[in-house]
Amino acid sequence: MIDEIAKQYEGRIPVPLIEEVKREAKEVKLTKAQAEAVFAKLEEKYKYAKIQAGEAIGIVTAESFGEPGTQMTLRTFHFAGVAEVNVTLGLPRLIEIFDARKEPSTPLMIIYLKKPFNKDEKSLEKIIAQIKEIRVHEVLSEISINLLKLHVEYVLNKKRMKELGIPEDSAIKAIKDALKTIDLTEKDGRYTATPKSKDGGLPALYTLKERIKEVKVNGIEGIQEVIPKMENNEIMLLASGSNLKDVFKIEEVDFTRTITNNIFEVAKNLGIEAARQTIIAEASKVIQEQGLDIDIRHIMFISDLMTSKGEIKGITRSGITEEKESVLARASFETPIRHLINASLIGEVDMLNSVVENVMINQPIPLGTGLPSLITKLAKESKK
Amino acid sequence: MEMIFKKVGSISFSLLSPQQIKKMAHVKMVTPELYDKEGYPVEGGLMDTRLGVIDPGLRCRTCNGKLKECPGHFGYIELGRPVLHISYIKAIYTFLQTTCKECSRILLDDENILKYQSKIDKLKSIGKEDLIPKISKLARAGAKNVKKCPHCKAKLTPAKFEKPSTFMEDTKRITPIEILERFEKITDQDCLLIGVDPRYARPEWMVMGVFPIPPVTMRPSITLETGERAEDDLTHKLSDIVRINQRLFENINAGAPEIIVEDLWDLLQYHITTFFNNDIAQVPPARHRSGQPLKTITERIKSKEGRFRHNLAGKRVNYAARTVISPDPKIELNEVGVPTLIAMELTVPERVTEWNIEWLKTFIKNGPKNYPGANYVLDGLKKKKITAETQEVILTELCPGQIVERHLVDGDISIFNRQPSLHRMSIMCHKIRVLPGKSFRLNPSVCNPYNADFDGDEMNLHIPQTEEARAEAEILMEVETQIMSPKHGLNVIGCIEDAVTGNYLLTDDRMEMSREEAIELLVSIGLEDSKKLNALKKKVTGKEVFSAVLPSDFNFVYDKVVIENGQLKTGQIDPKTIGEDNGTLLRDINRSYSEAECVDIFGKIFKLGIAYLQKRGFTITTSDADIPEEVREKAKNIIAEAITSVNDTIDQYEHGRLKNFSGKTVEETLELLVMQKLNETRNMVGKMISKTVSDTNNAIIMSKAGKGNILNLAQTSVLVGQQALRGKRIERGYKNRTLSLFREHDKSPEAKGFVRHSYKNGLNPVEFFFHAMTGRDSLMDTALRTPKSGYLYRRLANALQDLKVEYDGTVRDANKSIVQFAYGDDHIDVSRSENGTIDIKKIIDEVSRKTK
Repeated sequence: MIDEIAKQYEGRIPVPLIEEVKREAKEVKLTKAQAEAVFAKLEEKYKYAKIQAGEAIGIVTAESFGEPGTQMTLRTFHFAGVAEVNVTLGLPRLIEIFDARKEPSTPLMIIYLKKPFNKDEKSLEKIIAQIKEIRVHEVLSEISINLLKLHVEYVLNKKRMKELGIPEDSAIKAIKDALKTIDLTEKDGRYTATPKSKDGGLPALYTLKERIKEVKVNGIEGIQEVIPKMENNEIMLLASGSNLKDVFKIEEVDFTRTITNNIFEVAKNLGIEAARQTIIAEASKVIQEQGLDIDIRHIMFISDLMTSKGEIKGITRSGITEEKESVLARASFETPIRHLINASLIGEVDMLNSVVENVMINQPIPLGTGLPSLITKLAKESKK
Repeated sequence: MEMIFKKVGSISFSLLSPQQIKKMAHVKMVTPELYDKEGYPVEGGLMDTRLGVIDPGLRCRTCNGKLKECPGHFGYIELGRPVLHISYIKAIYTFLQTTCKECSRILLDDENILKYQSKIDKLKSIGKEDLIPKISKLARAGAKNVKKCPHCKAKLTPAKFEKPSTFMEDTKRITPIEILERFEKITDQDCLLIGVDPRYARPEWMVMGVFPIPPVTMRPSITLETGERAEDDLTHKLSDIVRINQRLFENINAGAPEIIVEDLWDLLQYHITTFFNNDIAQVPPARHRSGQPLKTITERIKSKEGRFRHNLAGKRVNYAARTVISPDPKIELNEVGVPTLIAMELTVPERVTEWNIEWLKTFIKNGPKNYPGANYVLDGLKKKKITAETQEVILTELCPGQIVERHLVDGDISIFNRQPSLHRMSIMCHKIRVLPGKSFRLNPSVCNPYNADFDGDEMNLHIPQTEEARAEAEILMEVETQIMSPKHGLNVIGCIEDAVTGNYLLTDDRMEMSREEAIELLVSIGLEDSKKLNALKKKVTGKEVFSAVLPSDFNFVYDKVVIENGQLKTGQIDPKTIGEDNGTLLRDINRSYSEAECVDIFGKIFKLGIAYLQKRGFTITTSDADIPEEVREKAKNIIAEAITSVNDTIDQYEHGRLKNFSGKTVEETLELLVMQKLNETRNMVGKMISKTVSDTNNAIIMSKAGKGNILNLAQTSVLVGQQALRGKRIERGYKNRTLSLFREHDKSPEAKGFVRHSYKNGLNPVEFFFHAMTGRDSLMDTALRTPKSGYLYRRLANALQDLKVEYDGTVRDANKSIVQFAYGDDHIDVSRSENGTIDIKKIIDEVSRKTK
């Protein structure tokens, strides 16, 4: 019965609202007349709430972020609970998201695991070992420069390597692969790395030593820390550092749910729609954590704008503002001289169809009440 | 005032050619002198009256206009040797790099030229001109670093750019003359490929042989008190240019050695460079004699104080007033109290008709010095001032069609604003209410949207001067239309302070008063209809009194508050129902009744609260922070317990028995554990106090009625608690310790900023110091945050300002490209929603109640 009435309203009221009425109606058992009344009332309310044409929704959104922005804290770090990873939050993070920085200052992944593994604590250590990046300096017991022979000597900490489950030869292979300009020899567990050319002298040896220490021997590039966490009765991993592509390759990882806070990485691996969702999620997280209330529509709106061109555009002079057609609009934001000079070279014409230009020349702006115009048919001039 | 009905359709940008410069010029400059002995502008000088006039009384010799009529006219000079335009130096460099020095063709072979050309043609044919720069970028890249010209086969060496304005080929300098010669030969087609449209900017125009002299009207001199004339920075710079140019000519004509000529040439280049931009690296800025750098063309345009942001995007207005604000709870929400003094200065233009002529005459009779009077009468284009002498004449001549500028009267429309105008509720429309005094008066409830307080804040008032402006202000900007915030769909205007406390106390379950008292109270707030109070009862409950202000068809349920048919049945009114930001009751009233009714009901609720509180009296004393002995004892135990437990943890840490959390060092783990424990302690104390202290305690009433919270009471009476700096306990100061009186590496609570005393009993010096540290930190946070968030806001506003909802429901930018197909996926305007949605449960409740 209710479905029939609902059907009439399809296309007139958004689907989520209709669904909600259906759900609620089931609980309170509405009669037909009541259901009809409910829908009629809902449509009336919806018509009232519907946004009006010409509404300057852009500036409303900017205000909705700008005003609470003054109330946000600058505090960068936040300790959520006892054993969690540090995340940048508050105003700095919001700026980071809207700027569309290539790398967040604190990259973070939430890695979910596939069915049997997400309850199994025993296999956890192995999975973590696969993900967490381990560099040579973490498995070294000593490293030094031999000044006489001009080479670098080091000894691997075999006990530690065993703990971490890294076979020795893979470590050696990693160093060999990473540094092509050295010869590597072994004697009694002591490795000597000699540069193939002696041109660099001592400074080259120092850099070589540092480079050896930084070679990745195991795990995924860029993941510095992996911490298991129990949530909703399943184990998940929090990783500081982000590398979506390589984490997806690990068999135990449930790639349908695993996420990162690096927007560009999401765009590259999962597409622009996923990036849009990530921007929404990340911005909402900041706002919620600050105890502010900003409607989701505003966040969606900015996210849509940043991603509507198929790639992520920041809200900066090189991002969205650069895209503007109007010379004067761009010039009034930042670097006016550059924009005027470049405009003169290609003979740009400002058609005056956005806001600031019209403010500049004291004309009504094409928004709200400035939008409607009157078209009249001129009576044909009588021939003289 | 002359009306102009033309509309600017578009503005195009291009480079001035020498021919254009000469064509638009009216004077050729011949002398660097400005004035002759008598102080009159020299003919052919920089202040020539043919360039426009800046003195009252003089007339322009070009257009015969007076001051403010003549827009000014350009002049020009021929330069002795050509000079590079500093702003186009990068473009000049590109041309030098991408064209042949012998034949001036683009350094691309015919095949590539054809390829790029066809691409450009194609883009043009499909109307995608905006993508052409991308093609020319490719073409430019292809033409750079070519060793041999593909057209004339000449051997090439790449030109080098030496800052600020010289170009070298090998070791030889390319003089501007050579550059000019080369550029003149570049074909139009090649220009287009390089990315410069020859119709608007030929490359040789970037090298100036003719220099335009801007009109005097854009560089007016000012007369100092001493009678001396101080010239504008641009005039100074121009006279330098003219002088050096003259010397250059003289030397060239006299056949002076090339070295001297070149020196002068460089000097001319320097002066012209700094004329355009006085802030270039490697160029010493031109200075005044006082050492202060000159403000030349670029400096005039750019940055916040520049032409764009200061004069074009923001403008000054007339019919505005500014003064200190003060509260007046007795005026309505949508009113603003205006001092008589201001009401007599600001005016509303009122057109005379046969129906209002008598009414307007009373204003003119009062004149400008008596309120309510009038200041001017406009008869067509003539503006007549009303004075004692003119009054009679004006009165007799007054006829329909004239406009009287009359003083403000009660009910006039005004626009009220407080900076920073962060959201649209920072500028709202209020009705004028002329009051004695010298400050603007506003209802304390509108403090929240303006973010105003009364510690010396000032606000601005504007009077719209046209019928359209007034209509827009009244319909779109009036306070009652702005109650719901577009940020989250909650009310930004609500009851505050006394109004909440009063209603809270009034609607207490135990509250009772005599019928007479109740009627007196209601009459005092302007409610003379006492029908809603039961006439038979001698005693009236507070809830019944409150119900008297509600409309009788109002139904509302929130938490314990139940209102049925305009009767408050149960529950106590508090900030959650009538307060700011989430006053559910106010929101319901706003949704159910018209804006005028809503303001009326709101005003009554507000006044009722205040009236009741005034009658009852409310204060807070030190004894409110007194805690019963046994409670204090309990609190002491809690604190002592916490400290022992913390010391225990520290002990474990020092003996190496503390196990670290994964991903944290032992030290970090310790800090986390200790912080957790200490913060817990304060909350426990707070909870205990809220349980034990009676609800007649004034501090408790205050905390429930909107101001402060239980924690404030706990801090005043029992324990201030741990002071945190950047999310951690206080660290550093001295080496490995916070203060010199502690041991190094002391981890105990007292050495790390735990304040175990209360404000009332007093902090010890160490605690006081730590407390001051966090206080200072939060001040710094605010100071650093404001500019950061301000910049974010500016960028957001700039990026989003021209996005709007189109008639088809899509959201598009100024280029009409779609950003969203449906705003927020469901077209719902947040400020017309209920916290972002439409409350379906409420609709169902309403319907089922009606049909019952």
